[in-house]
Amino acid sequence: MNPIIVNKLAKSYEKVNALKGISFEVEDGELFGLIGPDGAGKTTLIRILASLLLPDTGKASLVGNDVVKDFHEIRKIVGYMPSRFSLYTDLTVQENLEFFAGVFGSTIEENYYLIKDIYHMLEPFKGRLAGKLSGGMKQKLALSCALIHKPKILLLDEPTTGVDAVSRKEFWAMLGKLKAEGITILVSTPYMDEASLCDRIALIDKGEILSVNTPKGIIALFPQKLYGISTPNSFSLLNHLRTLPICKDAFLFGQEIHVTTSNSNITCESLHDLLSNSGFTNSTVTLIEPTVEDCFMQLMGNNR
Amino acid sequence: MEKKEIIIEVENLVKKFGQFVANDNLTFKVFKGEIFGFLGANGAGKTTAIRILSGLLEPTSGKISVAGYNAYSQRDLIKANIGYMSQKFSLYDDLTVRENIRFFGGIYGLYGKILKARIDELLSDLKMTEFKDDLISSLPLGWKQRLSFSIAMIHKPVIIFLDEPTGGVDPITRRSFWEMIHSVANQGTTVFVTTHYMDEAEYCDRVTIMVDGRIEALDSPANLKKTFNANSMDEVFVMLARKAKSA
Amino acid sequence: MNNSKPNKFWGFALKEFRHIFRDKRTLLIIFGMPIAELLIFGYVVTNEIKDANIAILDKSGDYLSQKLTSKLASSGYFIPTTYLYSENEIEPVLRSGKAKMVVVYEPNFAEKFFREKNAAIQIITDASEPNTASLLANYAGSIINSFASENGANELRSSPIDIRVRMLYNSELKSVFMFVPGTMALILMLLTAMMTAISIAREKELGTMEVLLVSPLKPSHIVLGKVLPYVGLAFINALVILFLGYTVFDLPMRGSLALLLLVSFVFIILALSLGIFISTVSKTQQVAMFFSMIGLMLPTMLLSGFIFPIENMPLVLQWLSALMPPRWFISAIKTIMIKGEGIAYVWKEMLIMIGMIVFFLTLSIKKFKVRLS
Repeated sequence: MNPIIVNKLAKSYEKVNALKGISFEVEDGELFGLIGPDGAGKTTLIRILASLLLPDTGKASLVGNDVVKDFHEIRKIVGYMPSRFSLYTDLTVQENLEFFAGVFGSTIEENYYLIKDIYHMLEPFKGRLAGKLSGGMKQKLALSCALIHKPKILLLDEPTTGVDAVSRKEFWAMLGKLKAEGITILVSTPYMDEASLCDRIALIDKGEILSVNTPKGIIALFPQKLYGISTPNSFSLLNHLRTLPICKDAFLFGQEIHVTTSNSNITCESLHDLLSNSGFTNSTVTLIEPTVEDCFMQLMGNNR
Repeated sequence: MEKKEIIIEVENLVKKFGQFVANDNLTFKVFKGEIFGFLGANGAGKTTAIRILSGLLEPTSGKISVAGYNAYSQRDLIKANIGYMSQKFSLYDDLTVRENIRFFGGIYGLYGKILKARIDELLSDLKMTEFKDDLISSLPLGWKQRLSFSIAMIHKPVIIFLDEPTGGVDPITRRSFWEMIHSVANQGTTVFVTTHYMDEAEYCDRVTIMVDGRIEALDSPANLKKTFNANSMDEVFVMLARKAKSA
Repeated sequence: MNNSKPNKFWGFALKEFRHIFRDKRTLLIIFGMPIAELLIFGYVVTNEIKDANIAILDKSGDYLSQKLTSKLASSGYFIPTTYLYSENEIEPVLRSGKAKMVVVYEPNFAEKFFREKNAAIQIITDASEPNTASLLANYAGSIINSFASENGANELRSSPIDIRVRMLYNSELKSVFMFVPGTMALILMLLTAMMTAISIAREKELGTMEVLLVSPLKPSHIVLGKVLPYVGLAFINALVILFLGYTVFDLPMRGSLALLLLVSFVFIILALSLGIFISTVSKTQQVAMFFSMIGLMLPTMLLSGFIFPIENMPLVLQWLSALMPPRWFISAIKTIMIKGEGIAYVWKEMLIMIGMIVFFLTLSIKKFKVRLS
């Protein structure tokens, strides 16, 4: 049986339907990404899995334990990192670790091998108050605290939000190592570029799952050809493209504009000529492989 | 480079908190109508610099002028001439769209017919006239973000500071937000923006990368990529930010 | 599992102590506030009762009435500032606040005193400040009684409006005796209840409660672990207050110290269970603070007999006061300390407090959520 099973899970608050009956499964030892913007329902889902919230309808289980009935069991096997910074700011790094180890009836030494790498980075600051750490370090400490009892399943709610690009990369590298230890990891993130670092991902928006697949699989399902256009003046080209009838979607992607067309006869050359004729002479057009973000936007568009 | 009007001029800006040097000798200029990206790792000193430039914090030393005003003695004038929007979209959830606009308009000294006209203008620009009596809490995130941006612009400031304006927003909304930023800059407003999305760094006219309180790089995205021999701003950033020694 | 339990509690308590000792404000509140409050209350109250302005309406004007007036004046409690000539002046002089008490001698005071052995003195006090009023009346009554016996007569009657029974045992006429128990109740209540309520609410605010909930800890573990340090601290505080009362204010310690500490302990547990209850209904520190202030401090001050005597309250408020935990504590420690009575006289108070503990704890356990929201 898969360690995480989510079956038609629904939850609504007063006004909003946070989850509209979603289903998916996470396999043993998988690094599974839950990818979607704020308000997609990521936090609600993770809290239900952590047995902190009750679903309205549907079922979910972790290693065979029902999240509603068997919450005592679940709390023994889960490591959870909420989206907010959730450590004691007035305790030092060392004291936080000791405390959380104590809460789980464990010690830092017992599962030291798990947090060794992270702890190594934290060690120079172990006497520092957690409140005085930088964002990246806080996040590493929070991860250590969630790992200290050697959980079977790690639930991480937006661990990289608000953290700079370098710390994010380091954090994902750590998740890779934990996966190698056999821990099943469910991680949510609003950063689409982190999708490629997961084994499989679920794209989620407005309480619905748009797609569940490997990042490559999701990209392979992109229904159209995607053109990348580079030009020195992207914004005016973007506005121009949107006036063209053959253009389906046009979005900025860093230095490029990603364009899909409704006309399958279009080629890079014909598109380039079309633009040149309109005065955008020094643009280059290439056929490109979509990113997960392209797929997300395309699926979001279908969904609306 | 053609001659442009300088809107922000910073020479040797230093800000210390006790022994800690948050901003170490920053020098840069920002021009009118420019989108100026301000990148840096957590704790590199971005927030401090933004607070000084928006008149919230007095610098320790250095020559700083913002919109022609002195950052020591004319902080109130600076505040009156800039707009500020943070990632938290500081709107009142329990007030309606119109009430929020009216409140913030009032703060910036708009009143009577001018305020009313500005509210109507803003609502129609945002295509939100229909929803003017809806509570903020009932709006989708993307709308809140656009409204929050428009409200930060309600007094037509010469500079707008955006502190991680797109955090957590869906990719489509994020892009339409940048189109909004661009059109505002085209109309002559200077945009000073921070972000953790490296693709957004590419949309800026020029980008500053701060490391450990100092400016490590400042140029257009294209030149930066050339200088550091990188394919994307993400690579440039990671290359520079890895040098950081602070935790 | 079993051998790790004490470990968990110890870890929790250690963490809690660290929170307390690392925050200078908390530390100041815990150890500075009781002392400051006790000294301030104590001294303010004594000062108020010393040097009270009084008015004299001497319809007799003989040597005995004048002698009594000067005895009142020399007691140190009263300063006769105004002399009245008719009964009509009594009300205005009280109302204007020029005098806090009026002493009226009947005509032919000395003659009646020696011949008829029945001289009347009327004492009129401004009962808008009931505590002061009753204190003054009692002081005056006591001075007059001793004056009467000095002058070889026991029949001299005073007719104060309200003599408090409590004063009977308070022979040295020290008002502080009434305030130390009240202050002790207030401090223990505020400290323990408010601090626990706030510290639990803080975990909710920080998001750490989320992490604690998603751990094998049972809710009772979490709550007990958080509360334990405060029991110790509150008990130390109780000792400090008693010590100060004893040394600085010469508070009598007539009853058994062990019984007194037991009663204090029960009250501390009661305050803690109240704090836990407050924390289960408040999501943020601010709300917890608000509930503690409005829900605990004001009723303790106003309804527990600390400032206003319960006997003088309207009936409805008297009923309300019976619901106030500190009322029973104050009553019990007064009985023990000042009257010197044993358990036979305080079992009722103890029982009521224990009943309240059971009530609040049951309610809290019912309300405490193993989940969010």
